[in-house]
Amino acid sequence: MAVDYAALKKGGFMRQKQKNCFSLRLRVVGGNVTAKQLSTVAEVAEKYGDGHVHLTSRQSIEIPFVKLDDIDAVKAALAEGNVEPGVCGPRVRTVTACQGAAICPSGCIDTYALAKKLDDHYFARELPHKFKFGITGCQNNCLKAEENDAGIKGGMEVTWNKDACILCGVCEKTCRQNAITIADGDITVDRSKCNYCGRCVKACPPDAWIGEPGYIVSFGGLFGNAISKGESFLPLIKDEDTLFRVLDAAVEFFNQNANSGERFKFTIDRYGWDKFREEMLEAMHG
Amino acid sequence: MADYIVDETVDITDVVCPITFVKVKVALEELDVGQILRIRMNDGEPVQNVPRSCKEEGQQVLKLLCNGDGTYDLIVKKLED
Repeated sequence: MAVDYAALKKGGFMRQKQKNCFSLRLRVVGGNVTAKQLSTVAEVAEKYGDGHVHLTSRQSIEIPFVKLDDIDAVKAALAEGNVEPGVCGPRVRTVTACQGAAICPSGCIDTYALAKKLDDHYFARELPHKFKFGITGCQNNCLKAEENDAGIKGGMEVTWNKDACILCGVCEKTCRQNAITIADGDITVDRSKCNYCGRCVKACPPDAWIGEPGYIVSFGGLFGNAISKGESFLPLIKDEDTLFRVLDAAVEFFNQNANSGERFKFTIDRYGWDKFREEMLEAMHG
Repeated sequence: MADYIVDETVDITDVVCPITFVKVKVALEELDVGQILRIRMNDGEPVQNVPRSCKEEGQQVLKLLCNGDGTYDLIVKKLED
């Protein structure tokens, strides 16, 4: 019987150069794996693989040297430990995330909670080509948001509460954009320089800077055969409903307009960035 | 004119991150709760990061003073052991 490699790929089984061996990609969300899942993965790698796993460049785990005949047994063994196979091929891939506001002092948004929602909503959706989401919690960009077809970066729109301020001078120096000026007992923000990093909020001793968290979305990033940085052109998105409206519109745009095997960036290039920007702005404003 | 009295001073202009904050932590450890530390630091990374680290440690930052010579004095009141 002929082996249906495309079906196997869809189910996360990547053909190896070694005959009848597959590297099984697992479903990981936001780079988090429980200890129990890890021990299940370890058992399966010992029993059905060659005793090692590979950590992929996008926060997934692969178990190499799984034999074709063992595929069903491997899936069953993984399912017992709450581990699912991942995907490869022309569909929505692993949603990656940094640790975000739940763990990291620099985080502006809860990246893991958002990664789970994106995974629930989009994971494995069939599209003309691969489509990658990445979420990073702040401007430090540990997760490299702009490498992804759709990147999401946490930010904060900041407001100064004069009544709480002690004019200590910390924010002016903390701001890497030199957007904050203190003069004559007053503080001004050059909004054209502010990049929503939220460092003034994090550093302010009496919490006189109020930060409203939001999302900076980038479109059309890729980092493979061709390399291009995703573009951010929308204003800061302040609520999840709007974020999902924009992402739905972007994914649907890709689904409708992409040629088979064409990455998001090249679809936008062909279609025209100006028109694409307009459509995303419309989606944002509902 | 200052509404605080400095109890101790630590100079971190001779070290770089992460030793800057290590030195601050050691200096803070030697103070009693309520005492005030002056931290002399360089412009750039230290002045961008040390104030926030003090806040995250639960200490009270009172003032950041520009010395006009490329260094800054951060005035911190110890609130926690």
